[in-house]
Amino acid sequence: MTGKYLTAAVASAAVLLAGGAARAEMKIACVAELSGSGATVGKNFKAGAELAIAEINAKGGVLGQKIAMSCADTQTNPGVARGLIQKALDSKPYAVLGPVYSGSIKVTAQLTSEAGVTNVIGGEAAELTQMGLKTLIRTSFGQHLSMPKIAAYMANDLKAKNVAVVWVNNDFGKGGRDTIIKQLTARGVKIAGDLSTEPAQVDFAADVAKLKATKADAVFIYLHEEESARILKEIQKAGLKLPLIGETTLLNQKVIELAGSAANGVRGHVGLSADAPIDPIRKFRKDFMAKYNYIPDHNAMKGYLGIYTIKAGTEKMGKLDSKGLAGALKGLSISAAKQPGMLMDVAIDQNGDLDRISFLAEVSNGKTAITKTLPPLKK
Amino acid sequence: MSSFATLVIAGLATGAIYALIAIGFALLWQASQTINFAQGEFVMLPAFFALVAMGLGLPYWAAALITFVLAAVLLGAMFKRLLVDPMLKHGVIPLAMATMALAIFLKESVKDLYSAEAYPFPSLVPPVNVNVLGTNVSLQHIAIIVVALVTLVALTWLLDHTTTGRQMQATAQNPTVARILGIPVERMIMLTFLINAVLVVIASLLVTPIYLAKFSSGETLGLAAFVAAIIGGFNQLRGAIVGGFLLGVIDNLAAAYVSTQYRAAVPLFILIAVILFRPEGLFGRKEERTV
Repeated sequence: MTGKYLTAAVASAAVLLAGGAARAEMKIACVAELSGSGATVGKNFKAGAELAIAEINAKGGVLGQKIAMSCADTQTNPGVARGLIQKALDSKPYAVLGPVYSGSIKVTAQLTSEAGVTNVIGGEAAELTQMGLKTLIRTSFGQHLSMPKIAAYMANDLKAKNVAVVWVNNDFGKGGRDTIIKQLTARGVKIAGDLSTEPAQVDFAADVAKLKATKADAVFIYLHEEESARILKEIQKAGLKLPLIGETTLLNQKVIELAGSAANGVRGHVGLSADAPIDPIRKFRKDFMAKYNYIPDHNAMKGYLGIYTIKAGTEKMGKLDSKGLAGALKGLSISAAKQPGMLMDVAIDQNGDLDRISFLAEVSNGKTAITKTLPPLKK
Repeated sequence: MSSFATLVIAGLATGAIYALIAIGFALLWQASQTINFAQGEFVMLPAFFALVAMGLGLPYWAAALITFVLAAVLLGAMFKRLLVDPMLKHGVIPLAMATMALAIFLKESVKDLYSAEAYPFPSLVPPVNVNVLGTNVSLQHIAIIVVALVTLVALTWLLDHTTTGRQMQATAQNPTVARILGIPVERMIMLTFLINAVLVVIASLLVTPIYLAKFSSGETLGLAAFVAAIIGGFNQLRGAIVGGFLLGVIDNLAAAYVSTQYRAAVPLFILIAVILFRPEGLFGRKEERTV
């Protein structure tokens, strides 16, 4: 009798194990800014990733494995982010998605690199992929690739001679400020003002007064979403009528929503835009709005692209190899025709930086309009 | 000069908000020895009441009206009955800690029940400029200063020229004697809490179009108003008013002429100086305690 029970138990265990193997999942640990000053960023990033996962899983997953993602909140605090990444790595994920804020990535990337786990990030600070870490892969341009485009626009198209630069005093802002000043100066444009602001700053009256005093003929604004909206409102209140130029964030949908009419006229370069006149992006925008009922921003596209990047790398390897994923992605060119989830053709270099088309855009009547499509740097 | 004038006016507008909130600190302290560390969150919350009401399709004025009622009930009456009254028996420190806990509770509740994101909020006036003596001044700043001044004048008139106001002052000065004189002390204290609720709603409706509606927006405001109340004098309404305006102007001028990075430190330096050389605040009166 005991033998019968034992046989049944062993058989049951075998069935459970076999079932478990069949249901094996690709575990992705997402660590993002779901609250704090970066809440808008993290919320969009997570939503985009979840949309991609739903699409991929609905089609059978990656190499037959469904994707399962857990998302932890950094509270937009690098210290918290580091702890969460360590916790995520302890659970042996296939890959790590996020954070988005460069300051957080700077303190977490070492951990993912040491663990040999691919870390698909949303950060844009130039230095992130120049730190010699082997597992970082971007979802958007680094500042060293996007700033030359916007500097060329200001110097050649806008014919700006004196530009004031307003930047947020953290890793993201400092990296952007250093790069744009270098790029503008190289093109003979003078820096009429160099104004730093604080993360989560709420009152910009003094900054705008200083901006007015610079006598610049254009202003380059490089702040996070909420701060961008606040300074645009303050500029509108002050009656400052200068070309307001930004890089992606300033033309973000959330900035337009928060700033209202103050965002009209803002121009700049966008690496990712849900308004781009490209069919896969149009489809992404439509699907995103159907699922979440709001317009996705570039951070939602980063999250979405992050998941599809992991998929593309895995499919290139033909197996789920966590340690080999970063290597498979580096040097990879992904065609949107073959991987529609990548939205645009993209090339990933050996540092994890991307090259692909980008756009010049302008905000008009509360909407972003793409005015020009720029080719990849290495066409 | 134009830039300086613009900065001063912007500072006065910010200071007017600080003053409204700081008065709440002073009122509650005088009426019931309550230091309300959730005062900043009390300013954040009404904006979300209004957003919810407007989300239901109500016009701004109706949403504002509902916000006043909700704030009076929740941030005035219920705050006093459910938190202050039970905790005050145990002393000022446990009550202060309870208000800190309340601040966290309110913040996290808004984050969980509404959103962690920022939201735009309609302004009382359009975002245009008017020319005042050759200087372009934001109509929004003027509106803030005017509304705040009208509120402050009305409050001062209520306290100084009405029977209810004098009874409130008597209650604040000596509740025991006030009770002997037949003043309904409990009702006067409740009235103080209701006035504070009205003040935070006004501050909320004025500041949220600029700061945006966000669960964490009370942190900055609460701290600034607390510092303003101490600088001006925690036990005097005029102290809180002057402290608020002073802090707003100094903050703006420091950001423009000293350093944006160190702007947050300047008010704290003033606070340290006031505590060292005039601990009762610029307009406060000395209080002596016996043991």
